[in-house]
Amino acid sequence: MRHSRKLAGAAYAAPVALFVLVFFVAPLLLVGRMSASDWPLLAGYRGLNLPENYEGIGDDPLFWPAVGFTLKYTGIVVVILIGLSLLLALIVADRRRGTGFFRTAYFLPTTLGLASASLLFFGFYSPAIGPLDPMLEALGLGPVSWLGTPTAALWSTVVLIVWKFAGFFMIILLVGLQSIPPDVYEAARLDGANRWQSFAHITVPLLRPALGLVLILSVTGSLLAFDQFFILTKGGPDNSTVTVVQLIYREAFQRFDLGAAAAISVVVLAALLVLNIAQFRALRKDH
Amino acid sequence: MRTRLWTTSYYALAGGLSVLFLFPLVWTGYASVAPHGATHQQDGFGFGNYTALLDYDAGLLRYLWNSTFVSLLTVAFTLALSILGGYAFARFTFRGRDTLFVLTLAILMVPYSTLLIPLYSMLGDLGMRGSLVGLSLVLTLYQLPFAVFMMRISFEAVPKEIEESAMCDGAGTFGVLTRIMLFAVWPGLVTVGLFSFLAAWNDFIAPLILVSEADKAVLPVAIANLRQQSMGAIDFGATQAGVVVMALPCLVLFALLQRHYVRGFMSGAIKG
Repeated sequence: MRHSRKLAGAAYAAPVALFVLVFFVAPLLLVGRMSASDWPLLAGYRGLNLPENYEGIGDDPLFWPAVGFTLKYTGIVVVILIGLSLLLALIVADRRRGTGFFRTAYFLPTTLGLASASLLFFGFYSPAIGPLDPMLEALGLGPVSWLGTPTAALWSTVVLIVWKFAGFFMIILLVGLQSIPPDVYEAARLDGANRWQSFAHITVPLLRPALGLVLILSVTGSLLAFDQFFILTKGGPDNSTVTVVQLIYREAFQRFDLGAAAAISVVVLAALLVLNIAQFRALRKDH
Repeated sequence: MRTRLWTTSYYALAGGLSVLFLFPLVWTGYASVAPHGATHQQDGFGFGNYTALLDYDAGLLRYLWNSTFVSLLTVAFTLALSILGGYAFARFTFRGRDTLFVLTLAILMVPYSTLLIPLYSMLGDLGMRGSLVGLSLVLTLYQLPFAVFMMRISFEAVPKEIEESAMCDGAGTFGVLTRIMLFAVWPGLVTVGLFSFLAAWNDFIAPLILVSEADKAVLPVAIANLRQQSMGAIDFGATQAGVVVMALPCLVLFALLQRHYVRGFMSGAIKG
């Protein structure tokens, strides 16, 4: 009986095991092999190419600017996203008149896909049909080239991403806020703490796990940014908004060099693993 | 007096932010039907941009079908795998159980783009280059960690007594699964189905890389291509109509299944 139950369990798990083996473990091994090989897109494997694929990464004049831009973008997005989503969560945390509406309003952009949202803002920022320039004109200002300079393109994309994701992170923080027992606040109030003191000394420390999750998700998501820059800025102007993942795409599907693309992918994977372990450790230590 | 000032500034801030968040959504709906010289809707309000979309390249209906097919197939693959896997992880002990579970969650640690390069080459070897079924399998891969985790905790939450009484009546483990457990875990099924549908419907980079034939394009890729076409001139009106077409199913699902949305996020938060 016990033996047959073990067999049954293994049988139920077999499809997942097979799927994970074929679509996760095998490609993971393959990307390692590709990164060490001369592997043109159409011709396939053409012999070892180690360490040229890896050495070549730094030789690409776009590589270091792309790394720098991706880090800068990540820093800006993470700080603004965490600040704003915390503000939104605090606004809608207590049930009062209108909070249901506010929750829905802040959350609605999250329901869209990132590609849809990027296409929406592509029109939104355009001088042809965008609503911003007419509004500025009414105030006697503008027009502004929303995607025309490197700085404008960066900040316009930041606005899109914050708009799209703030509601998502708000929900995670809201769940965290609601898990704080109300009597903790009550006790602090009786001890004479004001709103600011109970926020700084109760809310923030008890919200740490939720904030940690938001941090990890927003850092990882921003470092791997692709859709928004591919659609909204196309990496421009003058390659100023090219991210690391766009470089992978470019090597593979515009320069047809899967070996070089795989090498960058492996480096990105290693960097992310180190970063995630470091973030995880840092958050654990705080507890 | 102090509370009154507090209340007024609270509503000014909360209301102001709502306007900022809703404005782009309202604008895209408006821009898709409003008259504008640079679009297919020249005079008065109407659906000129949508009819232009119907005739664009392989046609809107073709892209809608491709997207629907890929999304529903991804939901089916994800549900089948996560039901069987979740049941196995929650109710059975077998060799390699913990290793397999950790390995499944580890998919989350590997960036999408890292796996797409080898998957592109592998799908070619499997005769599935450019195939929508192949695309669905790849999209399923990224739903698996969340789905298997969600179904495991859903099955674990079902009281063991229900299962045991059915066993005494002579039902096998598969009978228990199909006749009893599936009904007990249906909220988990809806959440997994919802999230995998939305992820597949909205995904951009996987179809961009894996499917190159124009008449097999899914909506996000087709609309993004449309933007670059038509003799160098960008068709802004049709683009916004496309955004509306892509957004509508997401908004409808959100309206119908709000509770399941929050449920999915909560399990994510607990995990962290």
